[in-house]
Amino acid sequence: MDATLFLNQLFNGFSVASLYLLASLGLALSFGLMRVINMAHGEMLMLGGYLAWMTLLVVPGAAGIILAIPVAFVGAAAMGGLIQSTLIRRLSARPLDTLLATWGVSLILQQGARDLFGAVGVEVRAPDWLSGSIALAGVTIPSARIFIIAVAVLVLGSLALLLLRSRIGLLVRAVNQDRMMAAATGIDVKRVDFTIFCLGAGIAGLAGVMLALLGPVTPNVGQSYIIPAFLVVVMGGLGSIVGTTAAAAILGLFSALAQIFVDVSVAQMLLLVFVVLFIQVRPQGVIAVRTRALDV
Amino acid sequence: MSDPTLLQRVSKALPWLLLVLAIVAPFALSAYDLNLLARFMAMAILALGIVLIWGHGGILSLGQGVFFGIGGYAIAMHMKMADLPEGELPDFMLWSGQESLPFWWAPFASPTFAIAAILFVPVLVGSLFAWAVFHRRVGGTYFALITQALALAFATLIISRQDVTGGFNGLTDFYGIFGVGLSSPGVPAALYWLTLALLVASYCGVRLLLASRFGMLLRAARDGENRIRFLGYNPTPFKVVAFAIAAMLAGIAGALFTLHAGVVSPALIGVVPSIEMVVWVAIGGRYSLAGAIVGALLVNIARDAVSSAFPELWLYLMGLLFILVVTLLPNGLAGLVASKRA
Repeated sequence: MDATLFLNQLFNGFSVASLYLLASLGLALSFGLMRVINMAHGEMLMLGGYLAWMTLLVVPGAAGIILAIPVAFVGAAAMGGLIQSTLIRRLSARPLDTLLATWGVSLILQQGARDLFGAVGVEVRAPDWLSGSIALAGVTIPSARIFIIAVAVLVLGSLALLLLRSRIGLLVRAVNQDRMMAAATGIDVKRVDFTIFCLGAGIAGLAGVMLALLGPVTPNVGQSYIIPAFLVVVMGGLGSIVGTTAAAAILGLFSALAQIFVDVSVAQMLLLVFVVLFIQVRPQGVIAVRTRALDV
Repeated sequence: MSDPTLLQRVSKALPWLLLVLAIVAPFALSAYDLNLLARFMAMAILALGIVLIWGHGGILSLGQGVFFGIGGYAIAMHMKMADLPEGELPDFMLWSGQESLPFWWAPFASPTFAIAAILFVPVLVGSLFAWAVFHRRVGGTYFALITQALALAFATLIISRQDVTGGFNGLTDFYGIFGVGLSSPGVPAALYWLTLALLVASYCGVRLLLASRFGMLLRAARDGENRIRFLGYNPTPFKVVAFAIAAMLAGIAGALFTLHAGVVSPALIGVVPSIEMVVWVAIGGRYSLAGAIVGALLVNIARDAVSSAFPELWLYLMGLLFILVVTLLPNGLAGLVASKRA
């Protein structure tokens, strides 16, 4: 095998893994707390992408892309908050129904974007310092991909800090461990749910900015990343950020390295087979805070 | 209600009346409408399977399109092969420069093989897949997400292998089935009756199954999987068998649909169509077989009416339907009828 190709794909794998991670962190956090999956999470990516595009219309150039990150974060977090408080909260005891209802939201958001911005998609022009590439050991690495990895590491670091060192982090960990007991000690679990949901949606919005750097933002841009992100949640293990990160890294690398040998569509099928085989070995996920077996 | 006995009599007679109407429909409807009705009835067969696994088994599958597709492609491949003179290739293979027939196409020339494939490939794929997930006690939301990934992978695979699958356009331009032209006089009506007969047979079959001990254990596994483990049952085989039966019904539905529609393509079986199949049942009532049939027919009739006039509107409507039915009417139309009757 060609060593350059291998290194290239290895690096690609890390940047794909970073996107999977940013897309799945919010899903995994909320799933750990509330046992629900928001099928409209992919549309938070889309929203982030469009917000980045609009920010760059107002503030063109290098400052724009930096400004786009908080804008996309806040915009997607607000949309997430709206979905959580109007819909998901009502369905909290019915995880499968939540899947269906939020899928409805996803359809509406996609069609809304199609009507507002057109089906073709909009192009975000990356600033010069992001559109170049760096040659390293014979491998050409696009700067945008390095930027994405850096952002993912930064987000993960901040999230870890928040969860381990702040008061809200303490509350989140408490609810994650035992919801009933946490509520009994006087923690407002609904507020913890809401905060974490907004945070997760915001991170997805931020991921949307990264997607906008890689290609055009279309109404269904979120769909191509969200299904791998769901697989990350399946593989990661309940309520563990470390597990989610490991799963994102494994699946990102797997799909990039598989593409050395087979085309994208076969790689996708192999990814699914890999996840199904993985749960034969570790049905509880990469890292399990709690077991799934008695989780009814 | 002043006269409950009259209401009871009407609600008892209604299904039989509808059945009689359905039997005589070919004499009353135009060819176009009959074709639509036949397609929707084929989809109703799939909906019965969703009642079995989702309503009574608590297994939400967002990948029923895969099994629908297997059935559809199996019959389409047979019709493509049956039209061909010896040693020639289907038209789309010639266009994409394919030089020889792939080995897995050849057996589909035999009608027996094609029918066996329609019935048993979905069962095989479905039971292997369900067993792999359920025997490790992974279920619920995880299973739904994995089935969605399956639907995506299946549709993408078909699209990318244009030279041997027909790609995005799917398979179409069929002449006939078992030596009879699809549009020769009498054939559409005969196919319609075949669909109706299979729908009625599937309804009776699933109904018997749900009333049996199997159905009871399936519901018990849905409501308290660990409890029935403690009682000494292993719930996995029940769930796997239910999923395999639903897969078989989906395969039959796909084959019938392809006969009526004259086309099978990835656009009919991917992620979005797969999840729409669940909404038919959600609207009709997830616990009710009759509800599922009504739901499948109603949603598809509405879709046909709305999307031909306002294609954009349909997606908004679909989205709203998902949200409203699940939040306000979790038992669907069947639940509404039952509460009126009570």
